[in-house]
Amino acid sequence: MKRRFGFLAELKGAMAAVVALMVLSTAAAPTLALAQSNTAAATNTAAPAAAPAAAAPAAPAAPTPNYNATPNSGDTAWMLSSVALVLLMTIPGLALFYGGMVRRKNVIATVAQSFAITCVVTVVWYVCSYSIAFGTNPDPGQNKYWGGLGNVMLKSVTMDKPYSIAGSPVTIPEYVYMMFQMTFAIITPALICGAFAERMKFTALLLFMTLWSIFVYAPIAHWVWGGGFLGGLGVLDFAGGTVVHINAGVAGLVCALVMGKRKGLGHDNMAPNNLVYTMIGASLLWVGWFGFNAGSATTANALAGAAMANTQVATAVAALSWMAAEWVVSKKPTMLGMASGAVAGLVAVTPASGFVDPNGAFIIGIAAGVGCYLGAVFLKRALGYDDSLDAFGVHGVGGFIGAILTGVFADASINSAGKVHSALTQFYGCIGTIVWSGVVTFLILMVCKYTVGLRVTEDAELEGLDMAVHGEALHET
Amino acid sequence: MKMVIAVIKPFKVDDVRDALVAAGVEGMTVSEAHGHGRQKGHTEIYRGAEYKATFLPKIRIEAVVPDELVAKAIEAIKGAASSDKIGDGKIFVLPVEEAVRIRTGETGLSAL
Repeated sequence: MKRRFGFLAELKGAMAAVVALMVLSTAAAPTLALAQSNTAAATNTAAPAAAPAAAAPAAPAAPTPNYNATPNSGDTAWMLSSVALVLLMTIPGLALFYGGMVRRKNVIATVAQSFAITCVVTVVWYVCSYSIAFGTNPDPGQNKYWGGLGNVMLKSVTMDKPYSIAGSPVTIPEYVYMMFQMTFAIITPALICGAFAERMKFTALLLFMTLWSIFVYAPIAHWVWGGGFLGGLGVLDFAGGTVVHINAGVAGLVCALVMGKRKGLGHDNMAPNNLVYTMIGASLLWVGWFGFNAGSATTANALAGAAMANTQVATAVAALSWMAAEWVVSKKPTMLGMASGAVAGLVAVTPASGFVDPNGAFIIGIAAGVGCYLGAVFLKRALGYDDSLDAFGVHGVGGFIGAILTGVFADASINSAGKVHSALTQFYGCIGTIVWSGVVTFLILMVCKYTVGLRVTEDAELEGLDMAVHGEALHET
Repeated sequence: MKMVIAVIKPFKVDDVRDALVAAGVEGMTVSEAHGHGRQKGHTEIYRGAEYKATFLPKIRIEAVVPDELVAKAIEAIKGAASSDKIGDGKIFVLPVEEAVRIRTGETGLSAL
């Protein structure tokens, strides 16, 4: 037991280290140790997300630059396309998905949140989050927890040298990888907006998202993908089930609990204003997710193809299974149910997409559709929080189901990195993210609460955020 | 003279108009309306959250007709607006004191 929960000590250390380093963040030397590994990982079979899990030793090896991998134009072309696809998930995909579900008086405010987050996180990523997440800290002890400040303002991002992530060489240039990861950093905080829709101050949103991407997203991305301690535990997470979805879902739950319910919940009619927006948004998320999952192979090869096939199967099955569950319980197959189920399937297959075969994806899809339906409908009602658009019900619950089932269905014939797999190890990986995300999200909310305030006034909430906050309105056509 | 007011389902409006014209009704006024009857609207369910839509969209048709045409007009509306389902609507008949054609100043039946 002691050994199994050793990571909790790591986590405690990480919290202390990262918080301390954030405060006194001037010490790190701006050197990026390149290709810091002697693990000749075959990059065409293992995702960077998976490679450290599979091959990298917990203690970084002596720097022996690996010049075998040079940028490959086919891989680079696919990754450039993936960047565009994943950006499409947030704007306009997620913006429309959420925008359709709120009341008519809050549509502009809701889509504005996704758009503003895209801009804010881009700047934060360029300034410091990329360095914290994917820099290589010259101090190996600190590198377990954060990447240092060597790449602040994208300093030292390489143009001509072979690039490696967490010790594994890749066949795409660093600028392309940096952009690919930026789009992940953008969508993750944007997902949280579903939890506090229709009531958060815009100033609080900007402050919260800036702090959240620096102190929650960037460290967790480093732990799992950037050479930190979670990647070394053998946790399998192909495209970000833990870093993106469990992380955003848990943060959403904390936001919903801290911010409280919308005024009039349970009494006023809060029916979605336009489910056609929601259907368009869900469809854009689905298409963009090919960049998210298949792009996470970081190569244009069979593994990317398998990830794409798994994504398609799990999503379709989850849409049908949510629809079926709802049809049985409330007697109607709904468009909102199918769209929600599709997103639940996309979330759940994310960690699994490069490790399972389509049979695994099929079962993950069924579990995600039914599980997230129960999460969004019954869990929320039982516990009484107002996760308005089900950020936790879909991303938290779906991410957890996907993470655990990846440990069950991982197949070495799809990805040799998934040879050793266990649901228990997956569970431990989730806990680290849940604890860090939950605690630091709470602290950031407190910072916002006592500086700019979290919620709009009651009058503004009643009038609607479109007019009260932005001075704009959706007019009749 | 009597005013016949019918509150009907929106998609029946063209059928009802045609039936009234065929019955000899010269003119009518149509407006969009919202309302409910004994059933008190319907319930919508979004991810398990139930919302009562109390006032449903309806069309309100008003036609002023000579007394002898009232029965025919009612039959025409009943025939055209019925789907044998809950929510088909209602017909009301009211006495009308006077009618004036604005352009010519004609009054009474000749103004209809």
